[in-house]
Amino acid sequence: MNEQDQDRMKKLLQQALPPVAEDAEPTRDLWPAMLRRMDRKQVAKTQLLPVWFDWALLAALVGVAAAFPASVPVLLYYL
Amino acid sequence: MNRENDRKAQEREGRMQNESSNVLNDFQHGDLAAFETIFRLHQRAVYGWLLRIVRNHAAAEDLTVETFWRIHNAHACFDPSQGFEGWARRIATHAALDWLRTRRAECELPADLSAPATTDPAIAAEIRSKVALAFSRLPPKLRIAATLAVIEELPGKEVAEALGVSVAAVKVRVFRALRLLRKDLERQGITP
Repeated sequence: MNEQDQDRMKKLLQQALPPVAEDAEPTRDLWPAMLRRMDRKQVAKTQLLPVWFDWALLAALVGVAAAFPASVPVLLYYL
Repeated sequence: MNRENDRKAQEREGRMQNESSNVLNDFQHGDLAAFETIFRLHQRAVYGWLLRIVRNHAAAEDLTVETFWRIHNAHACFDPSQGFEGWARRIATHAALDWLRTRRAECELPADLSAPATTDPAIAAEIRSKVALAFSRLPPKLRIAATLAVIEELPGKEVAEALGVSVAAVKVRVFRALRLLRKDLERQGITP
């Protein structure tokens, strides 16, 4: 593709998709949406905490069971 | 009298710069009020930038929030001495790129975004829509480069900074975009 072809393609593209007007602005204040987004993530983080804690507890139990096999019946008794 | 006015203007400017740099420093340390100030100062510019790339009002608004969310999360990495706009623009460009990647090519890109009276009436609506459709099928990386450099006619350096690549890389991407677009149009029976 030579330079002339490129120029033709550029012109065609500009005619098909004209540039966006420079004074474009959002239709609403986006700060409330930003706050909602931040709150949602905060809630998600706190909801993730118990899941993380469950896994840590399970890992600890498996560790104890592997290190002290004699403790398995005791653990099972308390489950 | 003029000298007095100049001095006052300089003082005012200096004060504003200090305040602005204070806000940026506070933001870097995770201050929410500073983040809100920055958000309100820059949301319009970020929205405008995103609209140029995605050409969809609703998506640009969502992406503005997404961009500022990423900015908020990365506050500790922000370097106030480098300025906020360029950094925000890079983050916005990456957010737009992610959005373009998750969308399959559809288009009909909306026509009501244009600045007035720049289109040539001789170009038939059908051809314009085919060009828009072919453009929407380009790989997102090439599409963003072509959008900013060809459609929006931004300087190569500005596009390169936003994309995080060299000016030469931008030129290569634009060239590849135009070549792919031409091939696509030729397949549709349009000889540019």
